[in-house]
Order: sequence, then structure tokens, then C-alpha cells
Amino acid sequence: MERLTLKSSQPTKWQELKKDLVRNRNLYLMVLPIVVYYFIFHYIPMYGLQIAFKDFTPAKGIWGSPWVGLEKFREFFVYDSFYVWRIIRNTILINVYDIIFGFPAPIIFALLLNEIKNSIYKRTLQTVSYMPHFISTVVLVGIIMDFFSRDGLINQILESLGILSEPISFMTEPGWFRPLYVGSGIWQNLGWGSIVYLAAISNIDPQLYEAALIDGAGRFRQAIYVTLPGIMPTIIIMFILRVGSIMNVGFEKVYLMYNPLTYETADVISTYVYRKGLLEMDYSYGTAVGLFNSLINFALVVITNQISKKLTETSLW
Amino acid sequence: MKIRKSPGEIIFDTFNYIFLGLLCFTMLYPMLYVVFASFSNPIKLMAYRGPLLRPLDFSVEAYKLLLSYPMIWIGYRNTIIYVVLGTAINILLTTMGGYVLSRKNLKLKNPIMFFIAFTMYFSGGMIPTYLLVQSLGMIDTIWAMIIPGAISTTNLIIMRTGFHSVPDSLEESARIDGAGDWTILFRIMIPLAMPMIAVMILFYAVGHWNAFFNAIIYLRSRDLYPLQLVLREILIMNSTENMTTGISDASDRFAITELIKYAAIVVATVPILCIYPFLQKYFVKGVMIGAIKE
Repeated sequence: MERLTLKSSQPTKWQELKKDLVRNRNLYLMVLPIVVYYFIFHYIPMYGLQIAFKDFTPAKGIWGSPWVGLEKFREFFVYDSFYVWRIIRNTILINVYDIIFGFPAPIIFALLLNEIKNSIYKRTLQTVSYMPHFISTVVLVGIIMDFFSRDGLINQILESLGILSEPISFMTEPGWFRPLYVGSGIWQNLGWGSIVYLAAISNIDPQLYEAALIDGAGRFRQAIYVTLPGIMPTIIIMFILRVGSIMNVGFEKVYLMYNPLTYETADVISTYVYRKGLLEMDYSYGTAVGLFNSLINFALVVITNQISKKLTETSLW
Repeated sequence: MKIRKSPGEIIFDTFNYIFLGLLCFTMLYPMLYVVFASFSNPIKLMAYRGPLLRPLDFSVEAYKLLLSYPMIWIGYRNTIIYVVLGTAINILLTTMGGYVLSRKNLKLKNPIMFFIAFTMYFSGGMIPTYLLVQSLGMIDTIWAMIIPGAISTTNLIIMRTGFHSVPDSLEESARIDGAGDWTILFRIMIPLAMPMIAVMILFYAVGHWNAFFNAIIYLRSRDLYPLQLVLREILIMNSTENMTTGISDASDRFAITELIKYAAIVVATVPILCIYPFLQKYFVKGVMIGAIKE
């Protein structure tokens, strides 16, 4: 109350807010647990990021541990420079492959699906294509390991077709990690990813197709000159979102798929943070690497959003 | 308007129907193979090479061994607890949050929205979060599986957009009749937003069913393991000895081990694969709203 009177230089604003808090007390009461949740589980960890600049030991706690400045970052970039290069390269390359092959796939799938006029067939294809999305990462990796083992289904088929004379050890060969990771990702998300584009296609004004038809455009030309431009804003937004996470590779799938033989191509930032920070319990070091990653991600989102604003007048915020 | 197809279109259509059919078959087949293999005779399956089109010499041997393994039941029980309790908390918080943030005339709405949305772009990361959960005493308790992920920001935004689409007039007339905010939420908003809530239930429940990250980081005791961690032991770490100790012959044991893996995949995945087609028409809408958020 005292603060309110002190701020009397702008009484209307504070009084309004007070009135709003009283009038909408039930709504504020409803949203309170949510705000508390975000404060505890999202903002306290941000506060905890300071241990990247400290020599954290659990006994002393976050507050009591001594400051060491940029020591942990130096340890990472100077002493462990071999790993720095490796995990950054692997993180980016997996994403680059996924953008090149995985990004266009659902768009093409949606465009082709849109040309299917038989609605029962179309619905069946859709239902089947969503299925892999519901399979857990553990099961997905379990199936990959089984099918691509030395004695697995894939080697059996390739050998019986005479393509291979000698089975390939897909899971222990560093060269096969990225194709398997990205390929299985496409398999899992092709159908699910196409939902957004199919929705965008269904929002295109039918009159545009009629006009194109009168101008003598066939179905192929309609797809290129009407459908594709119609979903372009969606494609651009999805592309920006995708590029914004180029320094981000999910932990679970890599963690389950990789092994020391494939670290060379498979170890990414998140798995490195896990091994160093949690398994070897070098909390400060792990946090420093994680913070470095978060800052780059944040910068990427801001930059890509600015680009999007300029290009399309559509942005995420 | 019926228009004769040109030869080019006929060729394209034929190609397109066949191509998409084959593509979707490759999505379905791995799961079919796993189902067929799990019902096969272990010794015959080991000798067989190439794709299966039906179970080889039908047998339920693998299921018998798998289901007599106590960890599968413990995992199943825990996963069901995490799914039910976790989803209930998710839905309660997401609905309340989505409702409040969809209201107009709320002075603090934008600051709260920024406070929430900011966490989508920047986070403390794995280790500070782990240390927090540890200091809250949640390590190795069921709460570690439920509370840290109590709200998904994406879902909260989807939910908010869903409430936006409820006409204001309904709320106004309820208010004239003397209804308060809680009554409006539970009597008017939630029933109207039920399709949206069904989508949220599906998304959250599938998330809990498949969750693995929190379990591997926060849980220690095997009594608390969800199904996915038990599956990981069976599928990826190959630990099936507990199930096959009764089999003396080494090659028999090896053969049945492979089959147990297939059976484990079926047991853990089929429940979800049976449910999602029925909710399809809802989740398509949900994904759409999530992607094209204002």
C-alpha cells in the first residue's frame, strides 16, 4: 500500500491496475499456479545458469560456490577444442541434412496427397502416414537397431538381391549414423509434418483454381502456380522455425542410437553436456557448454525472426 | 464441372496413386514385420531370411516369456500412473491458463504472456534444471516424472487460441445471469472447448506414454521405471537374461531373445496405435491451430 501512495505521480495507472486486480481476482487466482510453475521450473534454472561462471560443488550450493569467470568456457574452447569442433560440426551437419532432405519431404507429400481425389484412399494414406509419429523413440531406435543389424532384415534383403556380398554393420559404422538418423526422422515425421501444409492447402480460395482453369492451366500448372504460392507463407514460417533450431539436436534419439564407435559423427552438444555434466558430474562445465548452446539458439531465433519480418511481414512475435 | 483428363494426367494419377500407396506401405511394413515376427516360431524365424508376410508357424512363446517378466508389469503400472496423473495435471493447468490468457480486458495479460512465451526461446538447460529438481527433493520420486513438465508452452498457446474462438456473447449472457469466472470456465468454456481438450489429452498422454528423458535423468529405483525404460533394457541393452534363464540350449535362448524384443515392441506400442485413428479428426485441427498461431 505504501508503494502505491509513493507512486502518486502517476495515480491513474496504479489505481487502474489495482481495480483490475480486484475485479478480475478470480482470473488472476486461476493463472497464479501457472505463473508460479513457470517461475520455479523455467526462471530458477535460468538463475542457476550462473554456475557456468562458478566452480560449483553441491556442498557449497549455487550461491556459495566461488566465481571463476570464464574459466569453464576456456576449459571447453581451449583444452577440449577437439570436442568443441566435433560436437558443433555434428550438431550442425545433422540439421543441415535434415533441412535438405527432411524439410521438403512433407511439402512434396502434401502436394501429392492433394492430387488424390478419392477421399477414402486419401484418408487411409493419411492415417497410415501419421502412425510412425506415435511410436516412441525407444521403440523407433529398437526397430532401427534390429533391422539394420549385421544379421538384420535390411542386410538380408540387400544380400539376397545381390547388392551386397558382405553385410554392413550400420550401427557401428560412423558413416552411416547421419543417414540413419535423418532417414528414420523422415520416416517418422513425413505424415505428421504434412498436416500443416494440407491445412494451408485447404485454406486456398477455390476461385483461384477456377480462374486458373479458365486461363487453360492444367493440374500440374495449377499445383505450381496456385497451390505452391498459396502455401508459401506457411513454408516460409516453418523454414524459419527449422533454421532457428539448427544448433539444436534432440537428446533422446542420439543418446539411444549412438555408441562410442560412432561418437565421431554422432556426438552432439546435448549428449556431450549430459555425459560431462551429469555422468561425470562436472556441473559447471556442462552448464557452460549448455549456456553457449542456448545463447546461439536464442540469437538464431531472433535473427531468423527479423529476416522473416522483412521478407514476409509474418513473424513469430 | 467434369473435365476429360489428358493422357499426361492419367499417367500422373496412376503413378501418384501407386507411389503414395507404396510410400505408406513402407511406413506400415516395419510395424507389420514386428507383429508377424513376434508371433512366429523362434527357431524357424532365425533360419528365415527376408521379409515376412505372415507369422512363421504361429506361436505365442515370446509373449509368455515376456509377460512372465515382472518388470514389464511394473513398467506398465508406472506408465499408467504417470499418464493418468500427469495428463490430469497438464489438462487442469493448460485449461486454466489458456482460459485466462484468452480473456480480454486483463491488464497483466501481455506481461504474463511474455513471461511464458520467453521460455520457448531461452532456457536454463539440462543441468540447472537437474539441480533444481534435485534441490526440491524430487529425484527418484514419481513427482520428477510429472511436475517439471506440468505445462507445455506450445499446448498452452493452442488452448488459448481455442478459447479465443468461443463467442463473447455466451460469456456475457452467463455473466448477466450471475455466473462467476469459475462457473463460466467449468460450465461454459470447457464443454464448448471439448474437441480442443480431447486433442490436448491425446498430445499430453502420448507424451507421457513415450517419455524417456526425465526418467533416465531423474529416476534411480527400478520400482519407478516407466515402460520405456524397461523397453530400453530389453531392446537396446539386450538384457533379457531374466526371462530366458529357464532355457538351457544357447541357440534356443538366442532365438527367443530376438522374439521377446518384437513382443515387447508390440505390447508397448499397440495401445497407442489403436487409439490415435479415432482421434484423427480432432488432432488435425489442433496441429493446425498450433502452427498458425496468430
